Amino acid sequence: MNDKGYALVQGNEACVEGALAAGMRFFAGYPITPSTEIAEISSQKLPKLGGKFIQMEDELASMAAIIGASLAGIKSMTATSGPGFSLMQENIGYAAITEVPCVIVNVQRGGPSTGLPTSPAQGDVMQAKWGTHGDHPAIALTPNSVQETFEYTVKAFNLAEKYRTPVILLMDEIVGHMREKMAFKNISEIEIINRKKPACKPEDYVAYKPDKDMIPPMASFGEGYRYHVTGLTHDETGFPTNSNEVSEKLIKRIVDKVEKNIDDFSYFEEYKLEDAEIVIIAYGGVSRSAKSAVDELRKQNIKAGLFRPITIWPLLEKQINKVSLHAKEIYVAEMNLGQYSLEVERAACKNCRVKKINKVNGELITPEEIIEAIGGNYEL
Amino acid sequence: MNCSEITNQYYRVNRLPHIWCAGCGHGTLTNTVVRAIDKLKLNKDEVVIVSGIGCSSRAPGYLDFNTLHTTHGRALAFATGIKLANPKLHVIVIMGDGDSSAIGGNHLIHAARRNIDITTIVFNNNIYGMTGGQFSPTTPYGDLATTAAYGNIDKPFDLCSLAQGAGATYVGRATAYHALLMQKLIEKGIQNKGFSFIEGLSLCPTYYGRKNKKGNPFKMHSFFKEYCIDKKLVDKDPEKGINKILIGEFYNNPQPEYIESYQVIIDMLQG
Repeated sequence: MNDKGYALVQGNEACVEGALAAGMRFFAGYPITPSTEIAEISSQKLPKLGGKFIQMEDELASMAAIIGASLAGIKSMTATSGPGFSLMQENIGYAAITEVPCVIVNVQRGGPSTGLPTSPAQGDVMQAKWGTHGDHPAIALTPNSVQETFEYTVKAFNLAEKYRTPVILLMDEIVGHMREKMAFKNISEIEIINRKKPACKPEDYVAYKPDKDMIPPMASFGEGYRYHVTGLTHDETGFPTNSNEVSEKLIKRIVDKVEKNIDDFSYFEEYKLEDAEIVIIAYGGVSRSAKSAVDELRKQNIKAGLFRPITIWPLLEKQINKVSLHAKEIYVAEMNLGQYSLEVERAACKNCRVKKINKVNGELITPEEIIEAIGGNYEL
Repeated sequence: MNCSEITNQYYRVNRLPHIWCAGCGHGTLTNTVVRAIDKLKLNKDEVVIVSGIGCSSRAPGYLDFNTLHTTHGRALAFATGIKLANPKLHVIVIMGDGDSSAIGGNHLIHAARRNIDITTIVFNNNIYGMTGGQFSPTTPYGDLATTAAYGNIDKPFDLCSLAQGAGATYVGRATAYHALLMQKLIEKGIQNKGFSFIEGLSLCPTYYGRKNKKGNPFKMHSFFKEYCIDKKLVDKDPEKGINKILIGEFYNNPQPEYIESYQVIIDMLQG
């Protein structure tokens, strides 16, 4: 870091810095490209702060360990890529139904299966929402720069703590491995949210009884509130139930506590949208190409703009719908075969045409490719 | 303490009766865990009982501690996170045979290898009971199960040897019949600063017993009485061990514990 508080930092490194600033003191992970630096740097930095790192035997165990640590009151994170993300799905569902705050970082690479381990992709967008079985809440944030990776890792922890739910930081290899200037903010200036604790006596504690905000206060194991946690559908006491009524109430509550509060964490960027007739929607690494494409198209007198969701789940339906009311055409550019574009189409309600710009060969979609798809000229 | 005092002190009485079948060994084994905790006078607020999925794994729900009923096979991985996050907690894991050694086999060997201070207790009834009687990694060769209609051709694990080979520093076996021995082994396992593994042979009269014509629960308990012999006796006279099941303390060899080793690094870095 220089004396003005800036440093040249890698995306994965910024993720660890953000996590530590947010209060992460436990990391469990398993080596996997292109996320491994997050584990490596965590292993170096955590013990210096009195925190702990553990390299588990696989990603199933990594996800289980961070849930365990969080139940014992420590802010916890794991990081992985596609194959490991698939293994984590089982216990991501467990964290969702047991309402245990934790952060899962997925630095996306080419898939399916082992795929293209060192190349970027955005093929896990749907998995971030629907990867684990059953209906469940999903919050996923997708930064597009090193600075944002720092800031949104902090936000991921804050949202996990506030809403008692697993939060996914959906990065891609481009953002994870790029190096950029990053401002190290004074940690005291960063807003940190901690989980709500019970105010009642242990004997009055009903572990899964929500407050009016739909979120139950959370005691840590060892604090004297002896309660039961299960992945079975449970009632407000935390014990299993076969009641249809209680089951439906639980699932609706854990989904609603996130989806009905979407305005609290609708993060996005609008770029030259005011008079835009052609709107590009892109996120993560691709959004950087999209921004360049917008600038170039503007030079050619094409009224182009960019809408960049940072909150990728839940879908920013309101914002995308608004964009669709003013646009003639929306182009969704993503490094997959159109996972997000279908969601955009749904939110656009046929107000305008939604077209796709896709690439799954392990390369970033370039500004030229976006310009060409839109029908502009490119001589860069 | 007598039975009702134990029940009132350590069980969530409002969660009873339990779901186990009549004659199942799991209730007796659960009680050995509770009595060991009572004997050691552990603070209930500092005890965490973690389980996976299956008949055995319903035990924590009935017990008045911090209790965590996790996903199938993963109990030890959850327990590892809890123990690292708060080493003051006494972390006890209850699993079944399939839970611990099929779907959770990898977590078992790695938790043992690290010698993390967790006491693992396996209720081994040689069958997947909750799903209706499929063969498990401890179903004896040739025995019948709903998925081994013509006799099981999988060879069974010796769970204690597996745990010891993987690095557990305290290992023992008892049965639902040998409840006092089981309690003693659990006490010593909890006291061992490291990974302890105690196998409790249980019985499933409903599926394993019925399928293999093992008789009623009384007969199945009597089998343990007749065919189990303490390792100490066999050490003196190996012939006594022929065609018998060994029980007792198998291994007690304290080694540096995982979290203590980690704490040395933290202390060094924090100066």
